[in-house]
Amino acid sequence: MARRNTGGKHAAGLVDDVGAHVAGRTPPSAFLEVRDLRIHFPTDDGLVRSVDGLSFRLERGKTLGIVGESGSGKSVTSLGILGLHNRRNATVSGEIWLDGQELVHASPGDVRALRGRKMAMIFQDPLSAMHPFYTVGHQIVEAYRVHNDVSKRVARKHAIDMLGRVGIPKPDKRVDDYPHQFSGGMRQRAMIAMALSCDPELLIADEPTTALDVTVQAQILDLIRDLQQEFNSAVIMITHDLGVVAELSDDILVMYAGRCAEYASVDDAFHRPLHPYTWGLLGSMPRLDRERSERLMPIKGTPPSLINVPSGCAFHPRCAYGELNGGRSETERPELVEVEPGHKAACHLSLQQRREIWESEIRPKL
Amino acid sequence: MNISKATAGETTVSAAARADARPIREGEPLLQVDNLGKHFPVTAGLLRRQVAAVKAVDGVSFSVHKGETLGVVGESGCGKSTTGRMIMRLLDPSFGRIVFEGRDITKMSQGRLRPLRRDLQMIFQDPYSSLNPRKTVGAIVGAPFRLQNIKTEQGVKKAVQDLLELVGLNPEHYNRYPHEFSGGQRQRIGIARTLALRPKLIVADEPVSALDVSVQAQVVNLMEDLQDELDLTYVVIAHDLSVVRHIADRVAVMYLGKIVELADRSDLYERPMHPYTNALLSAVPIPDPKDRGARTRIRLQGDVPSPLDPPPACRFHTRCWKAQEICKQVEPPLIELSPGHQAACHFPENTTVSATDEVSRAAVAPGAAPAPGEPPSGPAGTPPPGV
Amino acid sequence: MGLLLIISAVTYAIFFLVPRAAGVSSDDIAGRFAGKQPDAVTLAAIKDRFGFDDPVPVQYGKFIKGIVVGDTYDTGTDKIDCPAPCMGYSFRTNQSVTEQIVDRAPITFMIALGAAVLWVIAGVSIGVLSALRRGTIIDRAAMAVALAGVSLPVFFTGLLSLAFVVHKWQLLPSVNYSDIGDNPFNLILPWICLAFLYAALYARLTRAGMLETMNEDFIRTARAKGLPERTVVFKHGLRATLTPIMTVFGLDVGLLLGGAIITEKTFSIPGLGQLALDGVYQSDLPVVLGATLTAALFIVLANLVVDILYGVVDPRVRHS
Repeated sequence: MARRNTGGKHAAGLVDDVGAHVAGRTPPSAFLEVRDLRIHFPTDDGLVRSVDGLSFRLERGKTLGIVGESGSGKSVTSLGILGLHNRRNATVSGEIWLDGQELVHASPGDVRALRGRKMAMIFQDPLSAMHPFYTVGHQIVEAYRVHNDVSKRVARKHAIDMLGRVGIPKPDKRVDDYPHQFSGGMRQRAMIAMALSCDPELLIADEPTTALDVTVQAQILDLIRDLQQEFNSAVIMITHDLGVVAELSDDILVMYAGRCAEYASVDDAFHRPLHPYTWGLLGSMPRLDRERSERLMPIKGTPPSLINVPSGCAFHPRCAYGELNGGRSETERPELVEVEPGHKAACHLSLQQRREIWESEIRPKL
Repeated sequence: MNISKATAGETTVSAAARADARPIREGEPLLQVDNLGKHFPVTAGLLRRQVAAVKAVDGVSFSVHKGETLGVVGESGCGKSTTGRMIMRLLDPSFGRIVFEGRDITKMSQGRLRPLRRDLQMIFQDPYSSLNPRKTVGAIVGAPFRLQNIKTEQGVKKAVQDLLELVGLNPEHYNRYPHEFSGGQRQRIGIARTLALRPKLIVADEPVSALDVSVQAQVVNLMEDLQDELDLTYVVIAHDLSVVRHIADRVAVMYLGKIVELADRSDLYERPMHPYTNALLSAVPIPDPKDRGARTRIRLQGDVPSPLDPPPACRFHTRCWKAQEICKQVEPPLIELSPGHQAACHFPENTTVSATDEVSRAAVAPGAAPAPGEPPSGPAGTPPPGV
Repeated sequence: MGLLLIISAVTYAIFFLVPRAAGVSSDDIAGRFAGKQPDAVTLAAIKDRFGFDDPVPVQYGKFIKGIVVGDTYDTGTDKIDCPAPCMGYSFRTNQSVTEQIVDRAPITFMIALGAAVLWVIAGVSIGVLSALRRGTIIDRAAMAVALAGVSLPVFFTGLLSLAFVVHKWQLLPSVNYSDIGDNPFNLILPWICLAFLYAALYARLTRAGMLETMNEDFIRTARAKGLPERTVVFKHGLRATLTPIMTVFGLDVGLLLGGAIITEKTFSIPGLGQLALDGVYQSDLPVVLGATLTAALFIVLANLVVDILYGVVDPRVRHS
């Protein structure tokens, strides 16, 4: 059992043994609240800190976009919320509160009962995410019946309903098809039908459109948005594509090397970003909607390996503004600070400096 | 244009072929592709008789001029990669013609093609599988010199180190193996190998789609810098419309083996004529929350039809909201509807002329009022039917 | 269709290769038939009667004809009718080869099938357990035993078990099985010894397959649906793991059906393997030919069955 990290501010003093500390925690008012989540993997090469102190909250009907490059820990986070990490090779600590229930320290059986029913997930590659030997219908029926005590016939009818609702033509026929008989877009629809079969209140979409063509991506994003409105569910959208985030999210969490670099409303993140990494992401992106007069402004270097995370601010070797704070970022890790109401960033630069850099150096070149 | 340098040391080229290799004239394209096509046979039964053909590419024509970048975009299965491979002669075309520097290379044997390989190079998508893991970077980048038997002044090693430096890698890493590099660095190694023989034309097939956003931008910038520095000509094949807008001078949009629109970059992105281009552009999410709901969205229904049995006449008519009877019967030719802007559509947008008018002798034209207003698509958030 | 071609190719190959490889002349063969110290005239008569000196293609033609429509042999004293499929006539035992094979095949069947059931159950369960408890003491112990199993040949484990289980401790009666009517549980020792070897192999195969499968995306999906771990492992994981193992299994059984030579020899069970072995020892060419052909037939049939089953198990194969 993972022991709570005692650095946190949540009544840490009351915690002295594993059994007692559930009482010490205060359930939050938010629908989903993640507090100081840490997911570490001990390996032969060293401890991989895939997620290292992540906190965020999400209400019903809202969408949180988690953005980051490969190895930033965004997918590990989503699997962590669902409790899908094997505790034998991963240490998970912190708290995950879903609708008043804490998940990190709950029994595996309790978390399993919530998976698929209260929280569900759709994955990047719908072909490999579905079992090749079972029909699409069978897989949806299975997902439905594990949480609902109904007959196979009722479940099958439900599966056909769901396939129809996600826009699959002739659902009563396609229900008996195997995944490989579906096209990529149809498979992702079927995957969504499966995830939504038990009306989950939290839907986690991990790069749901990365493997799809752009016209199909648009269909799937529309579908997720519509279904969210219909079910009033909370959605976590994990992606590397800032365009997808801008279209769908209410809030954005930018992850870098397992930590949160910036956490803001979508407007703030795109129009008043306060972290050099966010600037870098925006500067790296070619635009479809206008011609960029200047060259792209890439971030130098490559994302760090999680075994050898740079000291201090993990971003400092790639940061163009590191000297401005006199080398502080090389030694001291910046805390995630709420610089403006609802806008958090982890950077040593002063707010004034960052605002000036954004307005004078970054924004004009985007 | 220094052809004599390129032909020096060619021993396998016959006199006739060398006579072909004249310097291209002013205004003549570096690469000219005419009605190029590739049909992959589908066979069945014991005798492997051909029962059908996958029409991967079905007659595309375009030209690329020296120093420019042509972008080829389209969804999976549109034939863009097949086209690229045919230009490289990695695939033999089923029909059509490829003319490079005034020489018809369509049917040229691999032996005669060999000296040309120096001028034609390719960058591949996957920086992981396109580099031999058992060879050092030096061996990989230096291979073209050895294959073409080229002597360099200070030896291959120096030449390779220069190349590594050119693409932004540490020349000291000469003896390292590919797995010691990150994805972006591997793509740089691939580019260095490509540049070794100073090619004239580079076909880049999804050069950045396997890379992280920040690294992607590095490679895009590198390609642009190299183009300026070395006077390169690119054909960039990509599914990412934003990347193509950034890097290309002219853009060809492909759908089911055909080019449906070909125009200058800004023309194509700002005034797309073909409904498919329009739909494609409006499907791309824009990284600006302000634009949410502000854009008119066109949502195509369904998936791309199978290239095994493409729809007759205009191939897009099954998904097109503007389709009329004529679209199912007469294939719209790819014609210039405004200067430098070609589209293959009976009812193009952003213009007053249409393919139907142009080929009015086809005489099928029903009261073809071009562009019947706005597409019947709702604003953002309109649920697709069936949901 | 393709299978028939393969069978024909095999008969052709063995017919032409076996006599040459054995290095026997037609005189030798005739000599064996004639008995002790035959004179040249008798030999010539025998060769003539059986066509030993005919060109090889002609002999081959006769052989094939025998298989398809049957043949009649003249032993000098009387004529023996050998109905199709006639694979020849053994001059050693004065028996038709087909008869001998039909006699022996059920015995080999019993050995192979009994062992197969044992090794699949044992091998797969150990493999699954090992994969799920990867890295634990259970896994290591199982894999150590498996390594031993793969390395120890049947003649070693067989003789060892005979020496201890049967003779020293007298836990089981000695292996006595020469007819399909006998109590099949007399075969328990050969089953275990043969199964030990294969179970070890299958445990390793299953473990490797299972480890790979449990990392697949669809396993993650199954867990994300909230399925109990039991369902995830057995319904989703094992099903995908077993499909490739099924292929190996079919071929292994097919191979054994052609004769579990070492096992039969070790336990002195008169199966097809013994038959073939005796044929080789005694240069009884028709028997060697017949046994080889039978073995090839079983392997080809097993291949066919595996292909069909694959289509049943994997819908992707069915639809392509």
